[in-house]
Amino acid sequence: MSEEDVPLAYVADKPRPGAESPDELRRRIPGWGADLDPADRPSVPRLDRDLPDTGAHWTFPARQPGGEGRERSIEHAFVTPVFGTVAPLRGLSGVVRRFAYSRFSEGRAAHWLLLVLGDRVDVAESRVEAILRGRPDRLIAETGIGAEKGVHPVASRLRSTRSDTHHTWMDPFVVSAPWIAAAVVGWRIVRRVRR
Amino acid sequence: MKAMTYRGPYRIRVEEKDIPRIEHPGDAIVRVTLAAICGSDLHLYHGLMPDTRVGMTFGHEFIGVVQEVGPDVRNLKVGDRVMVPFNIYCGTCWFCARGLYSNCHNVNPNATAVGGIYGYSHTCGGYDGGQAEFVRVPLADVGPQVIPDDIDETDALLMTDALSTGYFGAQLGDIVAGDTVVVLGAGPVGLFAAKSAWLMGAGRVIVIDQLEYRLAKAREFAHAETLNFAEYDDIVVELKKQTDYLGADVVIDAVGAEADGNLIQQVTATKLKMQGGSPVALNWAIDGVRKGGTVSVLGAYGPIFSAVKFGDAMNKGLTLRMNQAPVKRQWPRLFEHIRAGYLKPSDIVTHRIPLDDIAEGYHLFSAKLDGCIKAVVVPSAN
Repeated sequence: MSEEDVPLAYVADKPRPGAESPDELRRRIPGWGADLDPADRPSVPRLDRDLPDTGAHWTFPARQPGGEGRERSIEHAFVTPVFGTVAPLRGLSGVVRRFAYSRFSEGRAAHWLLLVLGDRVDVAESRVEAILRGRPDRLIAETGIGAEKGVHPVASRLRSTRSDTHHTWMDPFVVSAPWIAAAVVGWRIVRRVRR
Repeated sequence: MKAMTYRGPYRIRVEEKDIPRIEHPGDAIVRVTLAAICGSDLHLYHGLMPDTRVGMTFGHEFIGVVQEVGPDVRNLKVGDRVMVPFNIYCGTCWFCARGLYSNCHNVNPNATAVGGIYGYSHTCGGYDGGQAEFVRVPLADVGPQVIPDDIDETDALLMTDALSTGYFGAQLGDIVAGDTVVVLGAGPVGLFAAKSAWLMGAGRVIVIDQLEYRLAKAREFAHAETLNFAEYDDIVVELKKQTDYLGADVVIDAVGAEADGNLIQQVTATKLKMQGGSPVALNWAIDGVRKGGTVSVLGAYGPIFSAVKFGDAMNKGLTLRMNQAPVKRQWPRLFEHIRAGYLKPSDIVTHRIPLDDIAEGYHLFSAKLDGCIKAVVVPSAN
């Protein structure tokens, strides 16, 4: 290898591969360099107190009613003055989620893994509830699979022009494995109790 | 009202829900005129984000018309046409006072590590999102802004997250003139990050993805060079070759939790939810950037730990920068760029979907079918 062929990384300076001059770039790219000065770029999250008025006219927001009993991270001093009220804790999933919030900080894996468990229990509870209310989940329609009609559902899978082909094959195993495991454990418990 | 409603992983339907009401004196109720499906909505849709409750409405990208205001609202009035940043924030807590609007401490009781986000699970405060006919907008004097008359409404919609976040990612890269910038992911945020890198003086912009139609968009819309990682045995080695073995000066991770990786990553991260997402993209960023370079992370990861190559980041002396974008701080500059013709965000929109068909919209976007890059949702309420 001659010295000229030594790649840039191994020497102090050399033209970069594919480098264009600023003038060339300015001709080719609309707005090239409009924000060239790093000091003149808004909103980088460095602590900065010289900011435009946010429009807030409070030093601390008024307290939203209904915060009593609402779950919160134990890293918070209190339920924040403003909060969402979309889906209050309920049922068995609510018990799991409340335990996750009341016992573990955000720094603990148990906090998040319990919340993931709560999510799965919530789905199961909601399925049953929907049946009892006479409006069962439409399991196929809710996947939106109808959108595949007319957009090459087979060819797109064969030609790998979609992003779900990599994992589609494993989905049934992953989705069904926890249910099968739960059924096996349940069956063993029933057998043990019967004995 | 009609609203997109989560029923469990990969399951959504449109349901009749009560129109949201004023729950705090600073609230506004906004009639949604346009919403969008964001790549990070897919993390919720796939069941990756902890404490995503059945019955929730997603959607943190939306614009609309003010329908009702609470007694304390001074800066908005009924009938105003508003764009709403995806961050919910108070404007006065310790963090907001220092410009960290996306890290507000007064709006999310469920976590301290993240602020409030519309329709983004209870981990982000438990607020419903805008993929509905109406939405509750808390602390309405702070977040929303009246849409300027000369700004197209689809452009305004894309400024509520995707464009602002992409621009922010380029900023976090601390790009200096002539830098080689690599963007991982050719979705909406990656496309905007690539475009923004040029505005900041990049000398070379390379976008990496595996879907050819998205790479074609990166070439056409963002003037970028592209690499399809599926065509290479090891994309990091290819990146090193392409940069004369230096690596990129800046790598922007615009992928996040659902990067396609090896089987173990897929199973542990995106299937069994034992990691905060598949860290493949982040690890490619750490490997692909030059020593002393900067990794900018825009990709949304979940709060569970992930197996990230931190030792390499330390040994290479990297600067790792990341945050949710403080969206509203970007708007004045982005308005200027749109008016100057440097940015036309709505050029990336490929699909407009009635709210009634949103389950199909999610499926199209999730599977990356029909050339879908950005889907806009159109509610029907008048």
